[in-house]
Amino acid sequence: MEKKTVLRKPKGFLDVYKHKPGAEKDRTHYCPGCGHGILHKLIAEAMEDLEIIDSTILISPVGCSVFAYYYFDGGHFQVAHGRAPAVATAVSRANPDKVVISYQGDGDLAAIGANNILQAANRGENIAVFFVNNAIYGMTGGQMAPTTLEGQKTTTTPYGRNLHTDGYPIRMAEIIAQLDAPVFVTRVSLHNPANIRKTRAAVRQALQNAKEHKGFQFVEVLSTCPSGWKQDPVDSMKWVEEHMIPVFPLGVLRDSSAEASVITRAEPIVDPARVIEKLGLAKGPSVTFSRGEIAPEYSKMSIRVAGFGGQGIMSTGQILAQVAMEYGYNVSWLPSYGPEMRGGTANCSVNIQDETIGGAEAVNPNMVIAMNRPSMEKFEKALIPGGSLVYNSTLIEVKPVRSDIRIFAVPVTGLADELGDTRVQSMVSVGAYAAVTGMFKSEDIVGLLPQVFKGRKQEIIDLNARAVRAGYDFVKNSF
Amino acid sequence: MAKMLMKGNHAAVYGAVMAGCTAYYGYPITPASEIAEAAASIMPKLDRTFLQAESEIAAINMVYGAAGSGCRTMTASSGPGISLKMEGLSYCAGSALPCVIVDIMRGGPGLGNIGPEQSDYNQVVKGGGHGNFRNLVLAPNCCQEMCDFTKLAFELADKYRNPVFVLTDGVVGQMMEAVEIPEPVNSIPDRSSWAVYGTPLHKNLINSIYLDHDDLEEWNRKLLAKYESAKASEVRFEEYRMEDAKIAVIGYGCVSRVLRNTVDAARERGIKLGLFRPITLFPFPEKQIGALPTRGVEKVLTVELSTGQMVDDVNLALQGTLKSDLYFRLGGNVPSALEILDRISELYGV
Repeated sequence: MEKKTVLRKPKGFLDVYKHKPGAEKDRTHYCPGCGHGILHKLIAEAMEDLEIIDSTILISPVGCSVFAYYYFDGGHFQVAHGRAPAVATAVSRANPDKVVISYQGDGDLAAIGANNILQAANRGENIAVFFVNNAIYGMTGGQMAPTTLEGQKTTTTPYGRNLHTDGYPIRMAEIIAQLDAPVFVTRVSLHNPANIRKTRAAVRQALQNAKEHKGFQFVEVLSTCPSGWKQDPVDSMKWVEEHMIPVFPLGVLRDSSAEASVITRAEPIVDPARVIEKLGLAKGPSVTFSRGEIAPEYSKMSIRVAGFGGQGIMSTGQILAQVAMEYGYNVSWLPSYGPEMRGGTANCSVNIQDETIGGAEAVNPNMVIAMNRPSMEKFEKALIPGGSLVYNSTLIEVKPVRSDIRIFAVPVTGLADELGDTRVQSMVSVGAYAAVTGMFKSEDIVGLLPQVFKGRKQEIIDLNARAVRAGYDFVKNSF
Repeated sequence: MAKMLMKGNHAAVYGAVMAGCTAYYGYPITPASEIAEAAASIMPKLDRTFLQAESEIAAINMVYGAAGSGCRTMTASSGPGISLKMEGLSYCAGSALPCVIVDIMRGGPGLGNIGPEQSDYNQVVKGGGHGNFRNLVLAPNCCQEMCDFTKLAFELADKYRNPVFVLTDGVVGQMMEAVEIPEPVNSIPDRSSWAVYGTPLHKNLINSIYLDHDDLEEWNRKLLAKYESAKASEVRFEEYRMEDAKIAVIGYGCVSRVLRNTVDAARERGIKLGLFRPITLFPFPEKQIGALPTRGVEKVLTVELSTGQMVDDVNLALQGTLKSDLYFRLGGNVPSALEILDRISELYGV
């Protein structure tokens, strides 16, 4: 049967450009001779033939193709300048079974958004990128693009692009092609029918791969801008061939379409019961331990723990807070955070009380646990009269100076070393704290250790239990 | 559920997860990094998305993409990173996309330092990016609120289809307290009328371009109406010992915790001091602050970790009936309760 040529718009285009303001809802906003219209048509045809019109989401950039959403059928995002690959990344992650197209120009992709395209390519995002390289900023009126040729005059290179001051035209396809993740990377041109046919094939290859969810596809398309170049359409076609192609050679730079693996992503888990189960969240009572008799001066604690980084200062404070929480107290823990915790001195504040806790920093503590001399010298002064100082007498050879405070010299490091591991100093301190204040029972702390050291070996838990008892017993037997 | 001891930064992530956030996009910065770290740990357990973006700018644009795709989504950062996100935020607001941003404020300007400050107030509360838009802003002062307000932020973001900030300082982000994790939500509000799902029925358009001047004016008026409606129904605040207060101190975030101690210390000395704590910074509790003089308050002192950003809103609210004094500390310093009380004694002769 004889085939008839039918002249009609591809179905990848909308019948009526409903989003386009004004009366002309049947034609594009592109200038005569511009390549965008040709590329749009090739994409729309491929969308129809590959049957992806109902599953395509198109990202329109900033540039002349800012209004790409006027024309194509499908879902649409219009996005900030250069950010199409970042937006496309999230759209693709949210809609892993859809075809996501990022349509970008040279200023958008290769200048302001260069990092975004590189990183999306490097992650192998499941998107198809159509990159229109016409060596100029069209939308803003003909300024220099990163792809502008040497000597080319634009409104911001009125004397021609100077390689020494403006740099070289940037070859994006080559840059993308040397990354490991991209699947299909090619450069094609729209300057004559033979090359339009090659572009048509490249568009189809990219969209076929996208339909099969085969990762990152990049098609750089050399295109004309008669308005920006101040040439007529015919001359501009010749200009592509004579001037652009020598700088931007055509051809496939990378194609692993056949062997590329299909990207799949699991459905997010949102069912409440499964969320709780997957996160291992515990239901049940919050208060585990019952309190004993506590002296009034220890019923409301503001504690400063201080020492060298690596002495377990932060964890001492955290465990105090954790244990107190299990007795039903309000607790807070505040670290001295930042670079100082990565070496040098470290300190943290802990509040334990029944009332609502105000400021979290223990500015005027009633308990200081000092693990080294600088810490004792710094925080002994801050104690309120009648407050308690527990200091590490193994490492601090001087005596505290104040006489209006209670002083507990505890050889924390020494007791830990006797147990065979200096790292259990934290638990020795916690045990000592419990004995000084009477706030915690040592066996309650020991009972909490499996939770504190969740996933660790039983011998680690046992060692720490011995450390708690060592600190506790030392204070009980010495004071 | 049982209480867990955790950092404010971690609590924010639990709040988000329980709110049904399925996409987290972030970038590391002290003192907010634990938010990204917790999301990196939790989200994959639920087959939800965590991605460390190449930049703060990419992260907010990924949030734009995820929000437009119908996900509950968030990012988090601190001052310098929030500055970078401003353009993307403007796009989110301009396209009416619900999203949540947590800002754990640090010292500025420039690189500043990583200590707590409250100097992002203006850029976050006043909108920050270009164009006529506002962010709804919640200001937690404890770890439980970091969790609860982040969850609430998602609800408000959906209700108003607008970015919602959880704004606090390094102290609240870094500190640990007992947190009771809320129950996970059963479902999130339907967004099929606007979200892009890439299906025949949902070929929607996410867009902030209105070329026609009248169209853009109309769109801006719609946004304004939305913000006015938030002002009418979303104001949140807390008072402490304000019943008979002659002097009111006003502060948010970690400062409001210290002020609580200041109030108690003042009361012990017989000074009738009370605390007014704004919880929503936009909408600001302007009526409530404006009414303070009619309740017998004679002096107002705003305390903040900036050279005076929120105090401008306090004074606008007071409409000239009183002028708030200002006490501030900077650079990571947090005033002590007694330091503030000394200032009150000095200022007001009490």
